[in-house]
Amino acid sequence: MLSDGDLQAIWLTLRLAGIVTLILLLIGTPIAWWLARTRAWWKGPVGAVVALPLVLPPSVLGFYLLLAMGPNGPVGAFTQSLGIGTLPFTFWGLVVASVFYSLPFMVQPLQTAFEAVGDRPLEVAATLRASPVDAFFTVAVPLALPGFLSASILTFAHTVGEFGVVLMIGGNIPGQTRVASVQIYDHVEGLEYMQAHQLSAVMLVFSFLVLLALYAWRPSPKRGG
Amino acid sequence: MSGFKAKFNVDWPGFTLDVDLDLPERGVTALFGPSGSGKTTLLRCIAGLERVKQGYLSFKGEVWQDETTWLPTHQRPLGYVFQEASLFSHLSVLGNLRYGLKRTLDTRKPALDQAVELLGIGHLLDRKPDRLSGGERQRVGIARALAVNPRILLMDEPLAALDLKRKQEILPYLERLHDELDIPVLYVSHSPDEVARLADHIIVMDEGKVLAHGPLVETMARLDLPIRLGEDAGVVLDAIVAERDEIWHLARVEFAGGSLWTRDHNLAVGHRVRVRIQASDVSLATQPQEHSSILNLLSGCVDAISDDEHPGLALVRVRVGESKLIARLTKRSVTALAIVPGLPIWVQVKSVALME
Repeated sequence: MLSDGDLQAIWLTLRLAGIVTLILLLIGTPIAWWLARTRAWWKGPVGAVVALPLVLPPSVLGFYLLLAMGPNGPVGAFTQSLGIGTLPFTFWGLVVASVFYSLPFMVQPLQTAFEAVGDRPLEVAATLRASPVDAFFTVAVPLALPGFLSASILTFAHTVGEFGVVLMIGGNIPGQTRVASVQIYDHVEGLEYMQAHQLSAVMLVFSFLVLLALYAWRPSPKRGG
Repeated sequence: MSGFKAKFNVDWPGFTLDVDLDLPERGVTALFGPSGSGKTTLLRCIAGLERVKQGYLSFKGEVWQDETTWLPTHQRPLGYVFQEASLFSHLSVLGNLRYGLKRTLDTRKPALDQAVELLGIGHLLDRKPDRLSGGERQRVGIARALAVNPRILLMDEPLAALDLKRKQEILPYLERLHDELDIPVLYVSHSPDEVARLADHIIVMDEGKVLAHGPLVETMARLDLPIRLGEDAGVVLDAIVAERDEIWHLARVEFAGGSLWTRDHNLAVGHRVRVRIQASDVSLATQPQEHSSILNLLSGCVDAISDDEHPGLALVRVRVGESKLIARLTKRSVTALAIVPGLPIWVQVKSVALME
């Protein structure tokens, strides 16, 4: 059976992924909205920066984040001036790094969903006395709801599966930064293949179920004509 | 202060809008023109959906736009009907109707009830938009725009996306709107039929400019403008059903200056109708023609003559009582019959299109 360490790692992983998903819903939504609706020339560059984690090796991203959040980095200087020390090798450091790492998995599905909603429903809302903010929450969000769901599932699942960034930023502190993927790595390093098998199987089943939920639940797009 | 003034001057790449209009404050005003003439753009500028820097817009004493003011769409007391009904698919029909109502300060509920009754959609309220036919959707779209109690209704080709059958289904409702609403309606259309049926005033646009505007009947009878409702020049007359001949299935309609026989459309005597008479269906004669198949023979007086598009053709306007008809003749006929302004003349009308 799973050891206490394994359960701790799983709980930590779920907590991390949950918090990161919530934060990204708050950060990613305005970015996706802006990307879907702007005609500014820097839409391209911003979109590319958001997509970077898709192609960068996690170790590269982790390395830069480590420098930035370290004692001599700008983020580190800021957190130290707030009196909370530096973020690397803490749970919250892991959260910050994961937010960057999973950003495109939230932004891109949302952007696609907002683009599919289009201008017209918002124009209709405006002619029905809804202010832009009102129209966003009462028209754009409900119409893009399937996009919110798939973006959240993807973000959560992707955060559960990260490894490289965690090693660079979080290290391997039980209960703090030792998530499931690192725990498996530890088991293998310690030649504890049985434990590695069990935890890996849990991850495998979990990932499959998440993706099954995503693909099986495909609402047919319905648009008011 | 009253008045409804719209002045816009914009240069977009490939398109210029340059209008300065005093718009009618009552009745249905058709914005008529070919596609690309700027009529929808003008409507969107009036609604505030298009933001134009160079513009002035005031409605009944309220400035909606000038150099320093720009009222966003949601603060303008208007109703807007889009070409496609664009219903909110996440809401029921009733949810769609209530969306604007909830956000209107003037929450007289009768506006909603009246709109539902006027458009005949009482039985659809619980449905989702994807369970409606195209015609039903557009009726809900119109009712939704009316439910906010607008002080002006803007309609952007509300029938253009519908097939002929659906159009026939909605037109009677639009005619009811015309009869029962006391707010001005701006109606964008490129359909001669709709304009002739619904409009009191017409604004003819082409390439972002206004070619002509004025009361429909008068504007249509102008010879100096290339106004073509469709293929042909022609006039529109207001008339009343005066008599029905049930044996021959004909109806006689009276207009200011005479009467015309037309096919019976099952309209009761006393019903107000519009008739459209195309220039090619009108011929002229200096003697009353006997032994002719044409039923409608009117006595009139030549009013004006002008060139038509083809060098061999002329348009002749004839005054019949208080009304004017336009006939298309060859120039050879004009010369052969010695048609000059002031000449008494017989007018034969071959075909009359009747609109309820």
